[in-house]
Amino acid sequence: MGLITEIDYGTPESKTGKQVTLTVDGKTVTVPEGTSIMRAAMEGGVEIPKLCATDMLDSFGSCRVCLVEIEGRNGTPASCTTQVGEGMVVHTVSERLDTIRRGVMELYVSDHPTGWGENAGTGASEFDRMAEKIGLSENRFGVEGRNHVVAEDAAAGGGVAPGEGALTIDYMVKDESNPYFTYDPSQCIVCSRCVRACADVQGTFALTIEGRGFESRMVASMNEDFVDSECVSCGACVQACPTDALREKAVLEKGMPERSVVTTCAYCGVGCNFKAEVKGDEVIRMMPYKDGKSNHGHSCVKGRFAYGYATHSDRILSPMLREKITDPWREVTWEEALAHTAKEFRRIQHQYGRGSIGGITSSRCTDEETYLVQKLVRQGFGNNNVDTCARVCHSPTGYGLNTTLGTSAGTQDFDSVEETDVMLLIGANPTDAHPVFASRMKKRLREGARIIVIDPRRTDLVRSPHIEAAYHLPIKPGTNVAILTGLAHVIVTEKLYDEAYIRSYCEWDAFEDWAEFVSDPRYSPEETAKVCGVDAETIRQAARLYAAGGNGAIFYGLGVTEHSQGSTAVMGLANLAMATGNIGRNGVGVNPLRGQNNVQGSCDMGSFPHEFPGYRHVATDSVRKIYEDLWGVALDKEPGLRIPNMLDAAVDGTFRGIYIQGEDILQSDPDTTHVAAGLAAMECVVVHDLFLNETARYAHVFLPGSTFLEKDGTFINAERRINLVHKVIEPKARYADWEATQELARALGLDWNYTHPSEIMDEIAATTPTFSGVTFDLLEREGSVQWPCNEKAPLGTPVMHINGIVRGKGNFVRTEYVATDEKVGPRFPLLLTTGRILSQYNVGAQTRRTGNVAWHAEDMLEIHPHDAEDRGIRNGDWVRLSSRSNETTLRALVTDRVAPGVVYTTFHHPETQANVVTTDYTDWATSCPEFKVTAVQIAPSNGPSEWQREYDELTAMSRRIARVEAAE
Amino acid sequence: MSPDKLIYQANQIATFFKSKPHAEGVTGVADHINKFWEPRIRRQFFAMIEGGNEGFDPLVVEAAANVRRPSPEEKPAA
Ligand code: SF4
Ligand code: SF4
Ligand code: FES
Repeated sequence: MGLITEIDYGTPESKTGKQVTLTVDGKTVTVPEGTSIMRAAMEGGVEIPKLCATDMLDSFGSCRVCLVEIEGRNGTPASCTTQVGEGMVVHTVSERLDTIRRGVMELYVSDHPTGWGENAGTGASEFDRMAEKIGLSENRFGVEGRNHVVAEDAAAGGGVAPGEGALTIDYMVKDESNPYFTYDPSQCIVCSRCVRACADVQGTFALTIEGRGFESRMVASMNEDFVDSECVSCGACVQACPTDALREKAVLEKGMPERSVVTTCAYCGVGCNFKAEVKGDEVIRMMPYKDGKSNHGHSCVKGRFAYGYATHSDRILSPMLREKITDPWREVTWEEALAHTAKEFRRIQHQYGRGSIGGITSSRCTDEETYLVQKLVRQGFGNNNVDTCARVCHSPTGYGLNTTLGTSAGTQDFDSVEETDVMLLIGANPTDAHPVFASRMKKRLREGARIIVIDPRRTDLVRSPHIEAAYHLPIKPGTNVAILTGLAHVIVTEKLYDEAYIRSYCEWDAFEDWAEFVSDPRYSPEETAKVCGVDAETIRQAARLYAAGGNGAIFYGLGVTEHSQGSTAVMGLANLAMATGNIGRNGVGVNPLRGQNNVQGSCDMGSFPHEFPGYRHVATDSVRKIYEDLWGVALDKEPGLRIPNMLDAAVDGTFRGIYIQGEDILQSDPDTTHVAAGLAAMECVVVHDLFLNETARYAHVFLPGSTFLEKDGTFINAERRINLVHKVIEPKARYADWEATQELARALGLDWNYTHPSEIMDEIAATTPTFSGVTFDLLEREGSVQWPCNEKAPLGTPVMHINGIVRGKGNFVRTEYVATDEKVGPRFPLLLTTGRILSQYNVGAQTRRTGNVAWHAEDMLEIHPHDAEDRGIRNGDWVRLSSRSNETTLRALVTDRVAPGVVYTTFHHPETQANVVTTDYTDWATSCPEFKVTAVQIAPSNGPSEWQREYDELTAMSRRIARVEAAE
Repeated sequence: MSPDKLIYQANQIATFFKSKPHAEGVTGVADHINKFWEPRIRRQFFAMIEGGNEGFDPLVVEAAANVRRPSPEEKPAA
């Protein structure tokens, strides 16, 4: 396959219904009203030259190379800013137009020395192509402009810098500070595409055009280096730049890619589609794919640039074994590793019983891979001991939405936000965790929608350029249920609920019961305010706005689910949406923002110990029968062990072996010491991953994993969208992860013969009602679909609960607030809450192995100035962070983003081990750990704690690999 | 798992169902345990309930009658 070049229509699509017909260079074209002449022409196959226009951005009309002639009109209007009209006759080529365009282009070239000529830049930019298309053959103005060096000098690797006697007084040196792209101001033609991309698409407003005449060009922030500026490195400007002024370093170093493969980002739950552009077998760059239905051509720094981990030297490419976890690793063949694992698993089951082993699926792997791991456990191990780290993340969503709405599905697609009037954002920080969707939210907010933010921290959606939340409720960590019930109180007592909706679509009795419950004076704004530490009047205002402000959409994240009352809070959100009739159409709904790329998919694929794929309980005979018939074995009807239970059982001695695919439970699960004790008690721990992760310290078998670039399959994003993952390069360690699991199954005696993941999807479709219409062919054809996808919805379901709630009638559930048992007291007076930041991902195993460390070299502890001063802590000081469980040290960042009494950190770096201080309290319904609230104390410190130093030594010890020949 | 943790988790479930009408609460707790607790944990649960049910919320004790008894411990082939 060659390089995919997407057509640039020059201006965005017009969404109006009415059609207009015109002729362009004799061709008849019909387009929606409001379309530009430029776009209409391109749709008719006529490309009009352009420099300042591109279809990701509204037209600007500054470059004047896109001029056309329209019969019956004077002059030469710009085709990018002129709309089509019925019966219009347009000419895009003529003597006059050629002359004007050549004149304009010649001026540009004179101010753009290195962009014109064979050896300059990549020689493949849009600018170079336009110069050629326009037929530019001379430059009478010279290239000695005051802002650039002479072309020959530049080609020779240098130029004359200002102050060296040259006339290039406005010359600015190249900015190479960003790890992924360079900015060469002398090549800038001031088309402002980058500035507009940063503002309109990304919503960050980091770039501006500065100066006039020769001095004028784009600058980042207040003329700062890119890396120090407000730039978030999303790449939109680089993508938009028609010259090589902004260009990926990889392209400049290695040359233009030769072929591309469309695939899906493996970082977060937005699920952006990219073109992986490759030269030889090396990925040169990732370009956001405009047809991607979740990202529409946008990206963030992780998906766009941070793929270097795939080729990082830390990757382990050979299977390894060791007798004891204190031994050094020994490299072995796949055959030996698999045979050993199979033998050990069978021995353990023989000795300790069928339930003594289990498996963990990964929300980073594909649906097909997850499906195989749970199948291996149920069919091969004969039990239901399969779980996933999504437990630490989104199981309360499943439970909460299922109880109220009858399905665990998030209700909307991302595009739905375009019709939202009021956003209620709680416990999520999308600008960091779901950046591409955050850009959509910001765009809608700039169009006039309003936002209510419930979060202990002042996140970017509370206040940032062009964003100001209508209300910010900085609640005390752990009081979500109280605030939601408080909002409900206002809605019910002020009769702001939608009675007609409730009567038609919900259980009226349940509503009445719930209404009576929330109306109790103990949930009044005044009482709620006391519990949550916020202002009563603001609660009232916020409730009124959500209930009566038009289409209200709820967005929530880990800040809701990672609590001892996570499931209850999710029900509280669903209650609010149903009560206000904000369900079942565009612009509304209850939208979980899922963390990792395939959290949704791994849950859908039966990763939980009580459920088969499609959320069907293992005790249901009819469902078990489907799989028993297909797999030819009797299946266990008892629920299996959850991850925390597995660890408990390991300590008790009844659980001895585990197969962990693509997860690092030691680092991502709470209470590190407990996890370590459980792992240490096992006899065969198999880690299947890219790197020797933290969990691998306790492993006996290591199976090398494959990255998303090395496999075919599907990921399912936060909007239930099934996205295709395409193999870009061959697996570096011989097997894609699904193949490795299949080999393990075979070693255990199972007769598995999948030759391609599409066959696994066929099996999923054949056995799971919500997936029955899904095939790889369909996905190739449609790009992606959202489940449910079956006879009733052959092309999938963007919005759920249209014309009725899935459950039949919506169920209102009482949500009694119960304070967490993790309480502050004299010894631990502060509340710690955790989160993540943009440039790093989850436990950071991948992003720490890329240039992204430029932005986040370590985890910092955010402390309010008041708390810092009380303890004599200054910005940048080492502080000791201690809780009832343990202590760690990290550096302080003094900021008023957090409220007094609250401290905040991320957990991207293993050295910090923020999880050693978190508790092992869990959500009552789903055992989802309470990451978000821990009572702590802080004090100045001199550096890393004893524990951290010991840990470092241990890590080094446990990573020794004895390089012996594999096949002895 | 440690007895304390088991009691704690059972009581946590009871806390949620307490705001329901009583009968519904009892079935709610039992259903929840049946649906999500692996036999080993239910076995331990029964042992503790029968051994004097100390520390358990009354709702849990009441619900215990409706919790499914796991089949006796599987004896590993010698
Ligand atoms: S840097 Fe590129 S996109 Fe930005 S103004 Fe200059 S030429 Fe245009
Ligand atoms: S990390 Fe998320 S938002 Fe960023 S490119 Fe990947 S899928 Fe898109
Ligand atoms: S493309 Fe129309 S004015 Fe630049």
